[in-house]
Amino acid sequence: MRSCVPIRAVFCAAIAGVALLVLALSVNHTVHADGDSSEDYASPLEVLLSPDDTRLYVLCQQSEEVRVLDASSFAAIKTIAVGRVPRGFSLSPDGARIFVANSWDDTLSVIDTRTLKLTATWPVGAEPSSVVEDRAGKRLFVANRISNDVAVLDAQTGIEEKRLIAGRGASYLTLSPDGSRIYATHIYPNLPRVRTDLDNRAAPESEITVIDATRAVVVDRIPLHQIAGAFHIAFSTDGRLGAVAEYHPKNLVPLAHLEHGGAFAYTLTLFGADVGKPVEIPLDELERYASQPFGVAIAPDKSRIYVSCGGSEMVTVIDVPRLLRFVRTHTGPFAQDLSASENYVVARINVGQNPRGLTLSKDGRRLFVANRLDDTISVIDTRINRVASTIKLDGPKTVSPLRHGEQTFYTARYSFQGQIGCSSCHIDSTFDGLTWDLEPDGFGRDIVDNKLLEGVKDTEPYKWNGGNPNIPTECGPRTEKYFWRSEQYDNLTLADLTLYVRGLEPRPNRWRLPGREMTPAQERGKAIFERAVDKFKKPIDESNRCSYCHSGPKGTNQKLFDVGTRKATDNSGMLKAPPLTGIALTAPYLHDGSAHSMEEIWTVFNPDDKHGRTNDLSKDELNDLIEYLRTR
Amino acid sequence: MKKFSINSLCSLALLISAYAALQVPGAQAARSAAQQVLPMYRFESFTTANGLPDNHVFAVLVDGERIWAGTENGLALYENHAWKTYTTADGLAHRAVLSLALDKRTGDLWAGTMGGLSRVSGGRIDSFTQLNSGLSNDVVYGVSVDGDDVWVATAAGGCKLNTRTGQWALYNERNTPMTEIWTYGVSATPTKVYYAVWGSGVLEYDQKTGRWDKYDDPDGENEIVLFKDQGLIHEIVTSVSYVDNILWAATYFGDSRYDGRYWHNFLTKDSGLPSNFTNYIKGVDGTRAWFCTDKGLAYYDGVNWAVYRNSLTGGKPEMTVRDAAGKVTHVAVSSAPSHNYVLGIDFQGADIWVATAKGLSHGIRQQPQGHQKQ
Repeated sequence: MRSCVPIRAVFCAAIAGVALLVLALSVNHTVHADGDSSEDYASPLEVLLSPDDTRLYVLCQQSEEVRVLDASSFAAIKTIAVGRVPRGFSLSPDGARIFVANSWDDTLSVIDTRTLKLTATWPVGAEPSSVVEDRAGKRLFVANRISNDVAVLDAQTGIEEKRLIAGRGASYLTLSPDGSRIYATHIYPNLPRVRTDLDNRAAPESEITVIDATRAVVVDRIPLHQIAGAFHIAFSTDGRLGAVAEYHPKNLVPLAHLEHGGAFAYTLTLFGADVGKPVEIPLDELERYASQPFGVAIAPDKSRIYVSCGGSEMVTVIDVPRLLRFVRTHTGPFAQDLSASENYVVARINVGQNPRGLTLSKDGRRLFVANRLDDTISVIDTRINRVASTIKLDGPKTVSPLRHGEQTFYTARYSFQGQIGCSSCHIDSTFDGLTWDLEPDGFGRDIVDNKLLEGVKDTEPYKWNGGNPNIPTECGPRTEKYFWRSEQYDNLTLADLTLYVRGLEPRPNRWRLPGREMTPAQERGKAIFERAVDKFKKPIDESNRCSYCHSGPKGTNQKLFDVGTRKATDNSGMLKAPPLTGIALTAPYLHDGSAHSMEEIWTVFNPDDKHGRTNDLSKDELNDLIEYLRTR
Repeated sequence: MKKFSINSLCSLALLISAYAALQVPGAQAARSAAQQVLPMYRFESFTTANGLPDNHVFAVLVDGERIWAGTENGLALYENHAWKTYTTADGLAHRAVLSLALDKRTGDLWAGTMGGLSRVSGGRIDSFTQLNSGLSNDVVYGVSVDGDDVWVATAAGGCKLNTRTGQWALYNERNTPMTEIWTYGVSATPTKVYYAVWGSGVLEYDQKTGRWDKYDDPDGENEIVLFKDQGLIHEIVTSVSYVDNILWAATYFGDSRYDGRYWHNFLTKDSGLPSNFTNYIKGVDGTRAWFCTDKGLAYYDGVNWAVYRNSLTGGKPEMTVRDAAGKVTHVAVSSAPSHNYVLGIDFQGADIWVATAKGLSHGIRQQPQGHQKQ
């Protein structure tokens, strides 16, 4: 027993040394020795071919451009600057215009494909992420991620006509082959519609919002049960088969069984006349996951479905006749059956880092894949299912530490069987709207709501219970041990990952007025947030004022408090005051996701005024407080 | 005093005009023509016996070929000759649906219930309550849509939800002239928004200036009308309808029409109104309106009145017509709304749909038949 002490001491010293080294590295890497800034990277997110297949349009998210290439020689033709952080683009049905959804400045860029010049920039809704024009050229439809809707615009003037309620985090739009319908997906699960005692543990529900393109009204919502994160949809040219790429999280069981397939299934939901009722089919196989599916394309002859898998750095190829035979002859559910995919997956084609958007040539022989995190386009020869060529986009030749950190964040290669990456739960570096049962606290204990990463820098300690002192610990040993159950990061990789996570800036706040002005309601709410005396003129204890725990620019004093929300399954009621950054976006609320809305934090879960003195407030005043919080 | 004088003069002028009309040759023919244009209906009724979830129907709304009925036990949709019912299990805020409004731009239906406000969009129901949202109170008596704004009448004041920003604005005694906060109905248009306030008259919001105004019964809380056409007929306002710049206001003690300058009151004693106890009012335009009372359904075309109900004495279906001269004739009919306690109405082309305390009735427009003098 005594001999163990020195060994422990040496071990602890070694751990401390590694931690210090990691921290030191993370600091050093904030300066880019090679001189290339990550802003110089193109980060191709989506690709399109012109109607005659002669031009390849590449949407470059980080350089905020549309790059136009010759689709045969791949020579650069033109680069067109667009708005901030573009996320989606599409061609008008006549091929005359390209519309670009710029997610951070809430605009659409309109490009004339004849002159390859920007012809208009139109303001749209909150965080536009995808855009399509109807077949008649009368209306544009824009998916707004923050406002959870699809805006309907006049296609000639850009004037907004109305907004249609879509799913939460509305993001991707697809026009049906006959032009009659528009299909919208969303990346965060819808909040439960019926409250139950266990609804913070309810299975996620998502939808495909179906819009009548002529009348511009929602006519149907195809349910996606147990889905949280739905991305691109593709249709067969006959319109009889639709497929949507999606995540099927297993967040209701403890996240302790990665080796038993316990975290995610990555799936497609098929719908349309070919399959009858929607059917979910897995992309994963027994020892290899198709992590983070994103883009989908269906061959013109309906022989193949291609799915880009961002975390697995590959394209999954599905034989459609075999797939249809399988779903017609087997009884589901299939989503978690890892043996199912061998019935229809015919190839896995390795491509570049974080493959996203993809597009097929008219003859179906060439598949272009945008590899977002290595600035390349893979050109796949679909006859042999191999990468025929790789187009390198202009940009830095080296990988900066920040870029490396982002690559690490999005890849699933470190986890057991390549199941998950950071971005499986932090979709697009944000959050997932889910509660999880993480292992370290015990099975069924400490159910926790996943949090937004933006602005996470300098808000330590991390975890709801404040158990992790810094980001390297949060992202390193904790993740490796409890999440990945596989390969560990080397120190350099962890340092770069830390650098990336620390650098995640909050997106623009849509509730703030220009400058530092506030609406009257926000002003009143701010006064309530900062008040020291309640409505009965009684002093509010300092520790029970909003502005005490949620102090500072990020809205946290980084200390632990008991705000009276402890559940029977919680090991402790002491919780770290979470930052308020982007709080309007991140429902559900409280440590375990019990509150569906900000209102419920106080109307349901604060009966004893332990989570701030609020029970003296009228409904008007509570509304004002929430209006203010939305500006944080 | 000035208002009284003007109103009195106007009333006098109307009476003289009506009397003069009766004296001129051809007046009899004109009356007949007026009676001919009053609509006749054949009523087909729905109850629990043929698919309705509950016979107590608080509200009805027509959306093209689809009929929505707010009942005491769920929200019912009639489509393709079949009823479908949405309940709390589908996400409806409460089983008792009191009011309905359609966003004609999006096709979304808004339902005010005894437990919150629900939005039905493409089959999905999202509910807003006083606990999970900025809604001021869960008892939602009225709802109306104007552009991106959903205006709500609740038992604790009015609210407005901006569907684009998600922001709620609450209207109550703290920021409007209302003295009671029990709002019973709301009618929102791009220019004006009117609230029917139970015990506090009519509240008017000017969309352009953002200012509130209030219309009270000049007689205060007296249940007698001292001077007719002086103003709003009573403080207990149950329903408002603002159409073509004309406000129609219903109370439990008679109804009113206001053109922005003059008020005109309707009472059973001097109009074709079958009862002063009016649950709901719906203007067709600035001249014509429907009155849902506890003693039948009434239609006013600006001159003449028609009442559709089951006879108060014998219970047989009846349609009565009252002309400008006050003469009442009976028109032979074979059907009437399913109950005389009428709670709501909406239009489907030439047809009407009528919500009653015992069933929902579809009034199918008929060509006029002969009529009998009383």
